[in-house]
Amino acid sequence: MMSEEQIKNLEIQFEERIARDEKIEPKDWMPEKYRKTHLRQMSQHAHSEIIGMLPEGNWITRAPSLRRKVALLAKVQDEAGHGLYLYSACETLGTSRDELYEQLHSGKAKYSSIFNYPTVSWADMGAIGWLVDGAAIINQVPLCNTSYGPYARAMVRVCKEESFHQRQGYEIMIKLANGTPEQKEMAQDALNRWWWPSLMMLGPTDAESIHTAQSMKWKLKRKSNDDLRQQFIDQTVPQAELIGLTIPDADLKWNEERGSYDFGEIDWNEFWQVVKGYGPCNKERMNARVGAWERGEWVRDAAMAHAEKKQKQKQAV
Amino acid sequence: MKENLYKYILGIADNSLILGQRLGELCGHGPSLETDIACTNISLDLFGQVRSYYQYAAKIIGDGRSEDDIAMLRKEREYVNVLLVEQPNRDFAYTMARQFLFDVYHLLFLNELQKSKDVTLSAIAAKSIKEVSYHQRFSSDWVKRLGDGTEESHQKMQSAIDGLWTYTDELFHQTDIDKIIVSEAIGVDVTQLKETYYNLVSELLQEASLSTPESKWFQKGGKQGIHTEHLGYLLSDLQYMQRTYPNMEW
Ligand SMILES: [Fe+2]
Ligand SMILES: [Fe+2]
Ligand SMILES: [Fe+2]
Repeated sequence: MMSEEQIKNLEIQFEERIARDEKIEPKDWMPEKYRKTHLRQMSQHAHSEIIGMLPEGNWITRAPSLRRKVALLAKVQDEAGHGLYLYSACETLGTSRDELYEQLHSGKAKYSSIFNYPTVSWADMGAIGWLVDGAAIINQVPLCNTSYGPYARAMVRVCKEESFHQRQGYEIMIKLANGTPEQKEMAQDALNRWWWPSLMMLGPTDAESIHTAQSMKWKLKRKSNDDLRQQFIDQTVPQAELIGLTIPDADLKWNEERGSYDFGEIDWNEFWQVVKGYGPCNKERMNARVGAWERGEWVRDAAMAHAEKKQKQKQAV
Repeated sequence: MKENLYKYILGIADNSLILGQRLGELCGHGPSLETDIACTNISLDLFGQVRSYYQYAAKIIGDGRSEDDIAMLRKEREYVNVLLVEQPNRDFAYTMARQFLFDVYHLLFLNELQKSKDVTLSAIAAKSIKEVSYHQRFSSDWVKRLGDGTEESHQKMQSAIDGLWTYTDELFHQTDIDKIIVSEAIGVDVTQLKETYYNLVSELLQEASLSTPESKWFQKGGKQGIHTEHLGYLLSDLQYMQRTYPNMEW
């Protein structure tokens, strides 16, 4: 048992290491709060990748061309891969993938609310890539330098693929926006539906956001939610203009003085409704995950039983 | 001549198209992340092959049809895939059994197609062999795991094999076009693959503690475009965008 004083010393040394930009590795001593905060954020991120497969998976069988179908399959597969690295990163903090699934399935763990919106047209594949992967990148690029080594390394790999997804999504939108009137309308409709949820994806406004100060110190967060949101808007508005689509915000206006766009008010009621579990697809997403898990139980059991048999046979030889 | 080769290519490619589409349905819904990733991989490989075949078919027929027109704008009766590949994903045992029963055939087929006088087909085959060897390893491993796993998984795998067995014989039927293309040293004589196929399959089933079905009653029709009731639904998804928004680029 360490004395309180010893722990205090370790904590000071720990914070100093982070301040020097050293990476914390799984075997290093770390404050319990650091472990918990990281586990929460990393597992939320992992869950988001996995739930995120569903709205896009919804269009694999209906993709309009073989080229698009292949690209979409590859994208959804990348998201599964991201889930895999992130669950592995969580395991370095001592929590297994099965335990984390359990938290997800019981509704205890959160995931990104954006995936609780329905994908109702092909253009949604474009809008998600462009806006949702786009917002994810803005959130995640700073994490490539976060203090926890396994998370930072996972993020480097994930971010490379997310920016590929973002370009691919934008390219879908370009094609639609330059297509027939029906295609253009489909693209505009998707932008109308995904714009505001994408802004919400960057998190509650700073006044309402908890855990920010501590997260900043640990480099789990580098900029405030509102700053990230502004960055996203400033980056995305010209992209919409370039392809002749209109951002669905009557208050959107370039502010010369700030060198940024002013924008309209976000409907935070809607945000909290979806976060609390009452969005358009919260139930569907959860049913899909829980269903897949339950239907897969006998398969996982069989794989385990088979591996044990093989192990025994080996030992017998 | 052109028309025959075109149709012959569809006979190969449609199998990969329909099986790839079936696997695509599962993406995000599998029993584990690893199997999800693997099934998506197989689907991706199959669609990659499909694109090469249809692009070549489009060039041969040369009437302005694109790979997507060929893939998505035919009527059900014009699809010539075998009945096996259109069977639904009833459960993971069915999905793996279907995959295994097709993969063993597919690999034997590609090994022969690689010797085709047609350099394009031979090149597509050579490239696909690597991919399909992996598919076969994956599906065989699962047949073994489930066959020799728990009591429940054994039963499920046995009933999947039993249920799908009736669709295996069709793999070795030759159409009139097949016969012509074989006589030109371009096509594969599938009748020659049958014995090896059933030997390989029974051997693996035995290793998996499963019994090889004895039924001699088989279904056929896919190669003539007469399908099971399942295909129409699959096509309505596959063709949805092309039918709803004709003549557009995506
Ligand atoms: Fe992500
Ligand atoms: Fe991702
Ligand atoms: Fe992504």
